[in-house]
Amino acid sequence: MILSTRGLTKTYAGVAANTDVDFDLPAGQTRAIIGPNGAGKSTFVGMVCGRIPATRGSVTFDGADITTMAAHERIRAGMAYTFQITSVFPGLPVRENINLAARRRLGSNKRAVQSKTDEVLQRLNITDRADQLASDLSYGHQRILEIGMGLAQDPRLFILDEPTQGLAESEVEDFNQLIKSMDAETTILLIEHNMNVVMAVAEYITVLDQGMVLANGTPSEIRANAAVQEAYLGTSHA
Amino acid sequence: MTNTAKSNALHYGLLVVLAIAFLILPEYHSGNLARIMVLAIYAMGYNVLFGYTGLLSLGHALFFSAGLYGLGLTMHLGGWTPAAAFLAALIASAVVATVIGFLVLRTTGVAFMIVTLMFAQAGYLTILYFGTYTRGDEGFALQQATRQLMGLDLTNPTVRYYAALILFAATLLLLAYLIRSPFGRTLIAIRENEERAKMLGYNVTAIKLKAVILSGVISGASGAAYALLFGYAGATFATVQYSILPLLWVLVGGAGTTTGAFFGVLFMTYLIDYASGQTNAYLIVVGVVLVLVTLFLPHGIMGTLRNKYAGWLP
Repeated sequence: MILSTRGLTKTYAGVAANTDVDFDLPAGQTRAIIGPNGAGKSTFVGMVCGRIPATRGSVTFDGADITTMAAHERIRAGMAYTFQITSVFPGLPVRENINLAARRRLGSNKRAVQSKTDEVLQRLNITDRADQLASDLSYGHQRILEIGMGLAQDPRLFILDEPTQGLAESEVEDFNQLIKSMDAETTILLIEHNMNVVMAVAEYITVLDQGMVLANGTPSEIRANAAVQEAYLGTSHA
Repeated sequence: MTNTAKSNALHYGLLVVLAIAFLILPEYHSGNLARIMVLAIYAMGYNVLFGYTGLLSLGHALFFSAGLYGLGLTMHLGGWTPAAAFLAALIASAVVATVIGFLVLRTTGVAFMIVTLMFAQAGYLTILYFGTYTRGDEGFALQQATRQLMGLDLTNPTVRYYAALILFAATLLLLAYLIRSPFGRTLIAIRENEERAKMLGYNVTAIKLKAVILSGVISGASGAAYALLFGYAGATFATVQYSILPLLWVLVGGAGTTTGAFFGVLFMTYLIDYASGQTNAYLIVVGVVLVLVTLFLPHGIMGTLRNKYAGWLP
């Protein structure tokens, strides 16, 4: 298991956002977390990557207990994280954005940083925009850029919080391809509302409801799970 | 020309112009320029934290005066040589910046401004409290006989001008190098989006502390140079006015630009000089001009040039 949580719990002033979440993610898997608004999905991954301190419980990453680690230390240990609300360096060129992501891991080796950046730009098909300011990019391209900043870190666990939110249909299709192309390189943990995306890319799904794990299973199992189907998928997967 | 070549040309060009300016300008103006260069070092130090890291301090007078008194007191009371006293000033400002940085970086935003202001006021009151040694607001003069460095008389206008220029050049080139370095790029990343920088694995608290220390030491170097070259240390330099001034200089010149600090001090010095020659109510004139600058050049002189005409400006 690359990631395990045991009894992970978060309460805000007595209100439970997550209660005793036990979660296991094998290395190499693409996992989606789904659930209705307020199910505690973002809080859960926030506790995994360290942005949100857990009230209690433990997080194990690649065999090491990281429960007490600060967020930046967890990233250094091999996680990458993209925000639910796009978060890039708006006043810096696209290339510099990716440089910053690559440089933290590759250090002052200029050549390695540049070639990593070029590789990511090419892979995302945004080489022609490398010198534009990130703030001048369209919303869809900013999302792509943020994913590129994740890729530049060569993470062992890539956490994406609602990456397709606000993307156009055509962009969603490109995103699906991108996630599938990353499948062989890294473990992916994806929070996603768009069921088409979930069914297209996820190998395994965890359903959260009211801060607790409601179900785990393959897409077809989750699809067949009557309770999940009725409560969370609605008619969208018909 | 690459952007790096262009910015090198700008920096070395400015230094050459300043080196020649002394030979051409009347003594009054070259004296002004020496003072402007020393204060521009202070502004550049402030710019490291405000312009590049995005932290607005209202307490930098504390670092300036740590350098001013670090040199002043060791020379005046300790009888140290200027070189040793300058080193003492750098150490004093580094220690003060480390302690203050460690404490104030627990806060952000408005709280950061208020806490830095508070510590600077405490520093000012401390200087007054030890009035026996510091002579408080009245201050003390450094004797001409002691202001000698490597056989050169620092009270001589020529020596003073070129000493100021050397220190200014060193700081400007250090700053230019810094903002191109990985460390400098990380400071800018923190200014642009601190949460993103943290979630790329950067230890932003440690990096911000380094920025406070660097900013404090450069400000302290300016204070030490001021005391050494102009021969006076007084508590006025620790007042809130001297915390606000570098903010104004940097805003007018262009926050987050290497040369903006210099042009900000130059502009403000001559604005005050000219306005006070015209009227006793010169602060009204200065105020109106600052409002106009803010309205029409919201990114300062160099920042506006960069946005409109020359994106390569460092």
